[in-house]
Amino acid sequence: MIWVNAILQGVLLGGLYALFAAGLSLMFGVMRFVNIAHGDFIVVGAYAILTAIVTMGLPPVLGVAAVLVLMAVAGFAGQYVVLNRVLGKDILPPILVTFGMSIILQNALLEIYSADSRKLPTGTFETSSIDLAGGLAVGVLPLCMFLTALAVIGGLQFVFYRTALGRMLRATSDDPEIVPLMGGNNNRIFAIATAMASLVVGIAGIWLAMKTQFDPAAGPARLLFAFEAVIIGGLGNLWGTLAGGIILGVAQTLGAQIGGGFQILAGHLVFLLILIVRPKGLFPRMKG
Amino acid sequence: MANRILQALLALTILALALAPLWAGRADLRLLMEVLAYLALAQMWNLLAGYTGLISVGQQAWVGLGGYLFFALTILGGVPVFAAFPLAALLTAVLAVPTGWVAFRLQGAYFAIGTWVIAEVYRLVAAQVGALGGGSGISLPVAVAKSIAETRMGREYVMYYIAFALAVIAVAGVWLILRSRWGLALTAIRDSEVAAESVGVNTMRSKFLIYVITAGLTGLTGAFLFFQKLRITPDAAFSVNDWTAFVIFIVVIGGIGTIEGPIIGTILFFALREVAADWGTWYLMGLGALAIAVMLIDKRGLWGAIHARWGLSILPVSRNLPD
Amino acid sequence: MSLLSATSVTAHYGDFQALFGINFAMAAGETVAIIGSNGAGKSTFLRALTGLRPTTGQNIQFDGALIAGLPADAIHKRGLAMVPEGRRLFPSLTVEENLQIGAAGGRAGHWTLDAVYDLFPDLRDKRRNGGTELSGGQQQMVAIGRALMSNPKLLLCDEISLGLSPKVIKDIYAAVPRIQAAGTSLIVVEQDVGQALAVADRIYCFMEGRVSLTGTPATVTRAEISQAYFGLNTEGTAA
Repeated sequence: MIWVNAILQGVLLGGLYALFAAGLSLMFGVMRFVNIAHGDFIVVGAYAILTAIVTMGLPPVLGVAAVLVLMAVAGFAGQYVVLNRVLGKDILPPILVTFGMSIILQNALLEIYSADSRKLPTGTFETSSIDLAGGLAVGVLPLCMFLTALAVIGGLQFVFYRTALGRMLRATSDDPEIVPLMGGNNNRIFAIATAMASLVVGIAGIWLAMKTQFDPAAGPARLLFAFEAVIIGGLGNLWGTLAGGIILGVAQTLGAQIGGGFQILAGHLVFLLILIVRPKGLFPRMKG
Repeated sequence: MANRILQALLALTILALALAPLWAGRADLRLLMEVLAYLALAQMWNLLAGYTGLISVGQQAWVGLGGYLFFALTILGGVPVFAAFPLAALLTAVLAVPTGWVAFRLQGAYFAIGTWVIAEVYRLVAAQVGALGGGSGISLPVAVAKSIAETRMGREYVMYYIAFALAVIAVAGVWLILRSRWGLALTAIRDSEVAAESVGVNTMRSKFLIYVITAGLTGLTGAFLFFQKLRITPDAAFSVNDWTAFVIFIVVIGGIGTIEGPIIGTILFFALREVAADWGTWYLMGLGALAIAVMLIDKRGLWGAIHARWGLSILPVSRNLPD
Repeated sequence: MSLLSATSVTAHYGDFQALFGINFAMAAGETVAIIGSNGAGKSTFLRALTGLRPTTGQNIQFDGALIAGLPADAIHKRGLAMVPEGRRLFPSLTVEENLQIGAAGGRAGHWTLDAVYDLFPDLRDKRRNGGTELSGGQQQMVAIGRALMSNPKLLLCDEISLGLSPKVIKDIYAAVPRIQAAGTSLIVVEQDVGQALAVADRIYCFMEGRVSLTGTPATVTRAEISQAYFGLNTEGTAA
């Protein structure tokens, strides 16, 4: 029963990892661009909600809205002003610029918030749980987190396959060079894609703040989890990314049953194993 | 003419470094060791990324492995120090083979993050090895340190010359590789992978070989760095910031894809650190901003821009045809 | 009233000069063919007109305004659309989505999904198929339809007969009169001289980055074209 419970908790944790991964997957899908500072932006989201609610005392709804708007606007501006200038055939400049951003963000957070671990207190939300048959119980917070992941991925899926914006994003992913011949502006489309990704990053950051302790150096590990979920699931497949997050989450909770030091290691090892057996991931959709 | 002057300057610098124990104090010598070790790390990352296009963000794997293997060989295996150095490097290179076999399944930016994941795996495994202190690390027994020289100053001198040799091996090694027939192939890969393949260069094999060679030399540098520190912990040994981020910044600011770039970058990095290290987090933010600025203004870096503008070249790798 | 005029257009690829001062003009309602061999500069010229190649500081007027130096999407919004060489459909989009992308610029007019399906009836049944699941000819129809969906004043067609069978080429060119009838002017770039002469009001022949001949299909002779096309015959002078 301990193992069944571990798997159940792992699935729900997988929701958080899918939230981490969705933004990364979206940006790579549209721009073939990997943001090394992705995890740091998630942590920025976590600190932002902490500041909004604990320091400034905003009501939760207002705080969440403020953080999400802030993240989306920052994402749009950052892409438009900086990242669009370094996108191209050469993959080094975007990697280096976001690596630089990662160092800047970690140290800025250290300067502002100190190295102490923080967590967003949510009162009874994090302690209440629903009893299931056989003595199993699901926490309300992890369950809501998982449902958020489902909603976010369902929402992205809807935008991508049912709206004019999504059509343009997919066309840009296919062949950005001729999109301007259709009246599309690549710089604007990229900025919109990053704004969407940043919105999801904000959502991920808010759940991170409620779920676990975090500190200014917590970003890189989140980047790696997000990356692993994307690769396990297969490039260009958002539902695959959710599956990847779940596999990673389950691997980690099962690893934790073996011993504290094995939680993260088990996740990495499962990732490497899948990379060896299925280099294109379990559910690939996109080439390259 | 300008090239001759620069070459003379380089020769003088090498001579001064070779005689450093005569003129440098103990603190200066320590700083120089670090500078030379970083120069070796920078040359290795530059050879890998600048010439084969493999952007690794996981070089800390090799620094950490080299360090841990050196400690394991000397402490657990009782291997003499001077045998442990090459052995640690060799074993690191051997481990790079299966690592590369996995990492090469990923391309481009995903390769970069994949190497980082693998480095994390090595760090987490190192933390599980109880015989080497687990997560809290282990110190090198005094007897091991004393085996290279009895006096403290004597040890400093020996360590200094190890660092000096490391840097010379790295710079000269890269230069010799690039001037060889094989180096010509590597330069072709750097300029156009498709074109290189079309003239019969086996780019995959060349890339893999470079990956393994740079891992070995990076491991050697790691062995030295932790021998000098006399203590190793998983977090210090596999630090992405210390052994990869700074190294990448050095290479990119100095000029990627040139031998001179990492030299200029290393000098600049340490000059900046001497001036600004007290600023703590602000110094690190400035370094990140500098790297971003280089990418936005001229991604060839300092030496790349100088070379393009004035045609300067201290260590030419292209062989000119006789007149 | 001149619809498009270009004066002394030049283009370089690094050290290689691809265009040496092209002068070009056409009126609204005209269909102009640009012919020439591979590497004559035809596609480069179209890329300059559409803004895919930067033309800052040059003189290209379209519909009464300077368009040189504008980004491609801004030029497209003024009513200049192109069917790119090689069709370049978006492989992850269906036929209908490919057509809808063409309308993203937001110009209203005669061309709607239904109008395109009337023009190319084959496409109606394939609307849910992936764009790249079709035959070459049908893909070319989607590419033309996609460009028409923006209701352009001027449509540029780059080598639309390339790689297609004579029968399919005939079917596609059969649509040209209906495109003209809807009020659209055309520039047709072709290596197939016969096809070009059949649809065009006027022709421009390009050779090695220069205009080597202009005229109407009725006034230029085969010999003049051969000379302007291949530069073989040295007797007489090109207009």
